[in-house]
Amino acid sequence: MWMNLSIALEYIRNRKRQSVFSVLGVVMGVAFFIAIASMMQGMHSYFIEKLVDVAPHVKIMDEFRESETQPIYRKYSDSIIELRGVKPKEEIRGIRSADKIIIDLEKRKDLSVAPALLGEAFLRYGGKDIGASIIGINPEKERFASNLERDMVKGNLNSLLTNSSGIILGKSLAKKLSIKMGNKLSVISPAGIIKKMKVVGIFDTGVTEMDSVTSFILLKKAQILQEKQNVINRINIRLKNINQATEIALEMEGRYKYKSESWQETFANIFEMFIIENAIMYSTVAAILMVAGFGIYNIISTSVNEKSKDIAILKSMGFCEKDIRLIFLFQGIVIGVVGTIIGWIIGAVIIELLTLVKLDTSGEVDMPFQIEGFPMYRSISLYIWGGFLAIMSSAISAYIPARKAASLKPVDIIRGAA
Amino acid sequence: MNNEAVSLKNVTRVLSEEEVPVTLVKDISCTIKKGEFVAITGPSGSGKSSLIYLMGLLDFPTEGEVFIDGVNTTIASKYEWEQIRLEKIGFVFQFHFLLQEFTVLENIILPMRKLGKLRPSQMIKRAEELLDHFGLKNAGYKKPNQLSGGERQRVAIARAMANDPIIIFADEPSGNLDTKNADIVFKLFEKLVNEENKTIITITHDRSLAARTHRQINIVDGVIVSD
Repeated sequence: MWMNLSIALEYIRNRKRQSVFSVLGVVMGVAFFIAIASMMQGMHSYFIEKLVDVAPHVKIMDEFRESETQPIYRKYSDSIIELRGVKPKEEIRGIRSADKIIIDLEKRKDLSVAPALLGEAFLRYGGKDIGASIIGINPEKERFASNLERDMVKGNLNSLLTNSSGIILGKSLAKKLSIKMGNKLSVISPAGIIKKMKVVGIFDTGVTEMDSVTSFILLKKAQILQEKQNVINRINIRLKNINQATEIALEMEGRYKYKSESWQETFANIFEMFIIENAIMYSTVAAILMVAGFGIYNIISTSVNEKSKDIAILKSMGFCEKDIRLIFLFQGIVIGVVGTIIGWIIGAVIIELLTLVKLDTSGEVDMPFQIEGFPMYRSISLYIWGGFLAIMSSAISAYIPARKAASLKPVDIIRGAA
Repeated sequence: MNNEAVSLKNVTRVLSEEEVPVTLVKDISCTIKKGEFVAITGPSGSGKSSLIYLMGLLDFPTEGEVFIDGVNTTIASKYEWEQIRLEKIGFVFQFHFLLQEFTVLENIILPMRKLGKLRPSQMIKRAEELLDHFGLKNAGYKKPNQLSGGERQRVAIARAMANDPIIIFADEPSGNLDTKNADIVFKLFEKLVNEENKTIITITHDRSLAARTHRQINIVDGVIVSD
C-alpha cells in the first residue's frame, strides 16, 4: 500500500509540469464550485429572507381555490347531467365574518394576525397620476403582524391614528410622485371617490417591487374609498416559526374554506427560478471538473504507456494486478487531493473578495433588491461537496487507465522491447 | 529436501489469439536441478525466451505442467504464483528495466518491500551488501541513468537477487553489453552458482559464454534438439 503510494508519488514528482497543470484543472474546478455555489446560495437565501421578511407568512384571501359545484351535481354525482348557461354568482368580495376569524386566531400563541383591505387607486400630486396599491390597515394590529413599523424611514404607524387622513407611501413611490412628508395628495378610487390625504410616513423595505407601488392608509378610510363598509379582503398572518407556514396555511384553508397561501406558495415561481439557476451552476461546475478529469485521464494514460516497462518488471517481480492498479489510481487521487486543498484555499479567498465588492443598486438599474456586496453563503458542506466531486472525478479518470495498466501482460511488453 | 529447481512436463504454448495460431513451445519436458548453471541456445525465434517465461511463470502453458521447487504451479492460484515469483524467482532481461525515478538502492529494495519480510533498516543493509558484492559500492544513491550499461545490468542482477531466490532467469543478459561487461556478468553468475548454490538459467547467443555453463540446451522451432 505505502509502497504503491510512494511509487505513485515518484511518478508524479518526475512529471512536474504535467502534474502541475492537471492539479490546476482540479483547483479551478473546486475553487469555482465553492465560490459560485456560495454566491448563488447566498443570493438565494438573501432573497428568501428579504421576501419572507416583508411579506405575510400566511395570507387568507377572499377567494376559493375551486368554484363551488352546482347542487345538482352534488346530489346526483354519478349521473349524466348537463347544465347549460351556468354563470358564476356575482358575490360581494371580501372575507365574510372576518372579525370572528380574527378573534379566533388571536387566541393562538404561535402567530400574530392583522386584517387588511387591498385595493387600487390613483395618486395625484402636482399633475402626476400614478396607479398604486392602497392597503387599509389597522395600525394596532399591523404592528405585530408585519415589519412595517421597523421599515418606516419617516414618521411612524401611529401617525395614521392621530391623523385619520394620513397616508404612508413607499420610498420609491414618493420619489416617483416627487412628494415630501406633510404634503397633501389626492387619492382617486375606482369607485369614483376622491379624497385629500396627507403624507405622514415613508417606508423602505428594500424590496423595490413593494416600495414603488404600495401605500398604507387607515382601514376605515380604505373601506370608504372602496365603498366597502366593514369589508376586509385579506387576513395577514405572521408566524413565530416560518417553517410551519405550509401546514398552518393548510389548516386555515381547511377550517375557513378561504384560499390560504403560505409564503412558499406565494414565491413558488421564485423557487422554480432558483432550481433552474442551480442546475445551470452545477452543470457549469461539473463541466469544469469533467475537463479536469479528461486532463487527468490523459496524463495517467500517457504515464501507463511510458511506464509499461516498469509495469512489466514490477509484475515479473511478483507485484499483482492490484498493486499496479493502485499505483496509477493513486496518481489520480493525489492530484485530486492536492487540487482540492489548493482549490479550498482559493475558493475561500474568492468568497472573501466577493463580499468586498460593493454593488450600487440605488441608480436607475431596476434591481429587485437593494444590496451592498454579495451576500455569500458560508458552509463547510460546500467544501466537502467540492472536494468530494473533485476527488471522485479524479479517481474515476485515473481508474480507467489504471485498469488498463493492471491488465498488461509482462511477456507482451518484454517481447516488444527486446 | 527437493532437489529440482524447475521441471517441465509436456509443456506446449500456442498463441491462439493470432489469426494463424503460432506454436511457441512444443511438448517440452526437462528438469533443471538446484545449483545448475544452464545456457539455453538456439536461433532467433526458436522459442528460447518463451521457454524461460514459462519456467519463470511470466506466461501460462497451453498444455502441460510447470513445477517450481517441487510445486505444481499449474494448479496454483494467482496469489501463489505471485508469491513464487517474489520469493523463488529473479529475472534479468536484455534491458535492465530499472525504474528511472528511483535510486539504485530503492530499485533493489522494491522486491523486498513487496515481500515485506524484512524491516526497512534490514532491507537497506541487504541492498548495500548486494551492491558491495557486485562491485557497485558507491552506486547506491545514484539514479540508473548515471550508471554505465554494464553497471545497470549488475544492478538488475542485484535486484533479481534481492529476495534471495533459488532460481535466476536471464534473458540474454549480455545482449546489449560489450565483451568485457558480458564477461563481468558471467563471472557474477559463476560466483552465484559456486558460492551461493543458485540455479541460473540464461539465454545466450554467444557460444564462448555458453561454453562456460554446466549444461547447454539447444532449441529449434520450439523443440529441444540437444541437451
